[in-house]
Amino acid sequence: MNWLLDLTPDEWNAVRLSIKVATVAMLFSLPPGILIALVLARGQFWGKTLLNGLVHLPLILPPVVTGYLLLLTFGKRGPAGAFLAEHFGIIFSFRWTGAALACGVMGFPLMVRAIRLSIEAVDRRMEAAAGTLGANPLWVFATITLPLILPGLIAGSILSFAKAMGEFGATITFVSNIPNETQTLPSAIYTFTQVPGGDDGALRLTLISIVISMAALVASEVLARRVGRRMDIE
Amino acid sequence: MTLIVDIGHRLGDFAIDASFESAGRLTALFGPSGSGKSTLINLIAGLIRPEKGRIAVDGRVLVDTAAGAFVPMHRRRIGMVFQDARLFPHLSVAGNLRYGRWFTPASERYADMDGVVDLLGIGHLLDRRPAKLSGGEKQRVAIGRALLASPKLLLMDEPLASLDEARKAEILPYVERLRDETKIPIVYVSHSIAEVARLASDVVVLAQGKVAAAGPTGEIMQRLDLLPAEERGEGGAVLDTTVLRHDESFGMTVLGSPAGEIRVPRLARPAGAPVRLRIRARDVMIATDRPEGLSALNILAGTITAVRPGVGPTVEIAIDCNGATVLARITEQSKHTLRLALGRKVFAVIKTISFDSATTGPGLPIEADG
Repeated sequence: MNWLLDLTPDEWNAVRLSIKVATVAMLFSLPPGILIALVLARGQFWGKTLLNGLVHLPLILPPVVTGYLLLLTFGKRGPAGAFLAEHFGIIFSFRWTGAALACGVMGFPLMVRAIRLSIEAVDRRMEAAAGTLGANPLWVFATITLPLILPGLIAGSILSFAKAMGEFGATITFVSNIPNETQTLPSAIYTFTQVPGGDDGALRLTLISIVISMAALVASEVLARRVGRRMDIE
Repeated sequence: MTLIVDIGHRLGDFAIDASFESAGRLTALFGPSGSGKSTLINLIAGLIRPEKGRIAVDGRVLVDTAAGAFVPMHRRRIGMVFQDARLFPHLSVAGNLRYGRWFTPASERYADMDGVVDLLGIGHLLDRRPAKLSGGEKQRVAIGRALLASPKLLLMDEPLASLDEARKAEILPYVERLRDETKIPIVYVSHSIAEVARLASDVVVLAQGKVAAAGPTGEIMQRLDLLPAEERGEGGAVLDTTVLRHDESFGMTVLGSPAGEIRVPRLARPAGAPVRLRIRARDVMIATDRPEGLSALNILAGTITAVRPGVGPTVEIAIDCNGATVLARITEQSKHTLRLALGRKVFAVIKTISFDSATTGPGLPIEADG
């Protein structure tokens, strides 16, 4: 077992970086994910189909294409990238933040789908009841809708996290494969497979990858079950 | 409280065009399903925005389409009890009860938790989850939740319709207490004559989206022609009586009314308690002389004040018994044979056993020792 835990500093960094990137990607996707899911589930407006298509684009495009589009938009000379760098000092290109952005974008459709489904399942009559008790629409959302869609939020978050842990194509295209900065687990495994004698390292990271993904899945199951038991929705 | 409603609204091919005023303690919106009762109550609550019209409570305009005024439901301070309770599944019973308090300005809170919990007998349920409650318990919690938001008006949308008879009997006394012990005016939607006769001070009868009649319960209940066909047999006079005494040896309760003493099967209510008694018109016989050697125990003397044609071969005869009106439904032939006409002195005869819990109402279960 020792060879499994005996990671080199670079490998450890890849593991830590991956978890950081996936966590940040998940957390930052959550607010816009809820908003878009809400709009798609409840909104009636022109261009809804277009918005829906746009959200799903990362799911159907080759990841490399998504990565390249991100590079064009959020790269140093890209319109959004230049604007953010100049006004907020946020730089994406060849930074771990860029990896998080790429992972977030790739996981976004999965997250939105899960949340949207749970919003559509919410009994809107509950919200009406809350309204008659004096809660304005914002409070209704915070105290009724949000708790009722909690299982969907958990599921969507875990999907986004898992997707981020495994994201490779868009990340490597957008922010390359720089050890300690943008080299996430999949990139590190890929690098190992490209050099002679890298098999052990590749296997170690693969197993770690499996363990993290399984842990995330189990955690989400446990959480969802606890929430479900607490609510006992009839 | 005065509630003024004057509304025109269209839902698909159903149009509602209703106008009424009410100042009663408990106003019943009564009519068969599809008559627009629930739509009307949703309009008052603000769940639906009317196409045109005006709604005002105590001079406060909630909707006035002509003036472009519309108060959103969360600012109306109108409590609502839904047919399906609609308790929040993610909150405990206590959490549900407290929900509306948050949104009520401190200066306008009049309902206190302990009082409401007591009134509804839900103290033992506070820690439970809504999913673990029976239908009747859910409905009591839903009533409490609406009360604790300290509403200015309480709407109840067929709160008993989804419950079985036993559960209904369990809730009705609490609604009566609500009516008698709190100051909140209530608008109560129902299609059941038993509920309306027992609870309402005023009735608005709806038919096909229009107001067919409106007035005090006693008057409306005698207009059998207003009642939906399947409920017509339940129609009759409504008398406000009090328990005079119990006759334990025969298992009876004697009620006092202006018309005289009325004997009903034993009620679980203490002497002096008010009982609203409904006398079904079909249960009343008419005699021209005081009958003797008759098993029926209730014989009320009175004068015929109205003779109206009924449905089929029947007539409806209103008898004024010392200020209280009793309604009898008899055949055209009996009327002819007995030569019943306006002003004739007659006797209304009612069997004691024709009264049941649907017409006398069960007492509060906790008062069984009374």
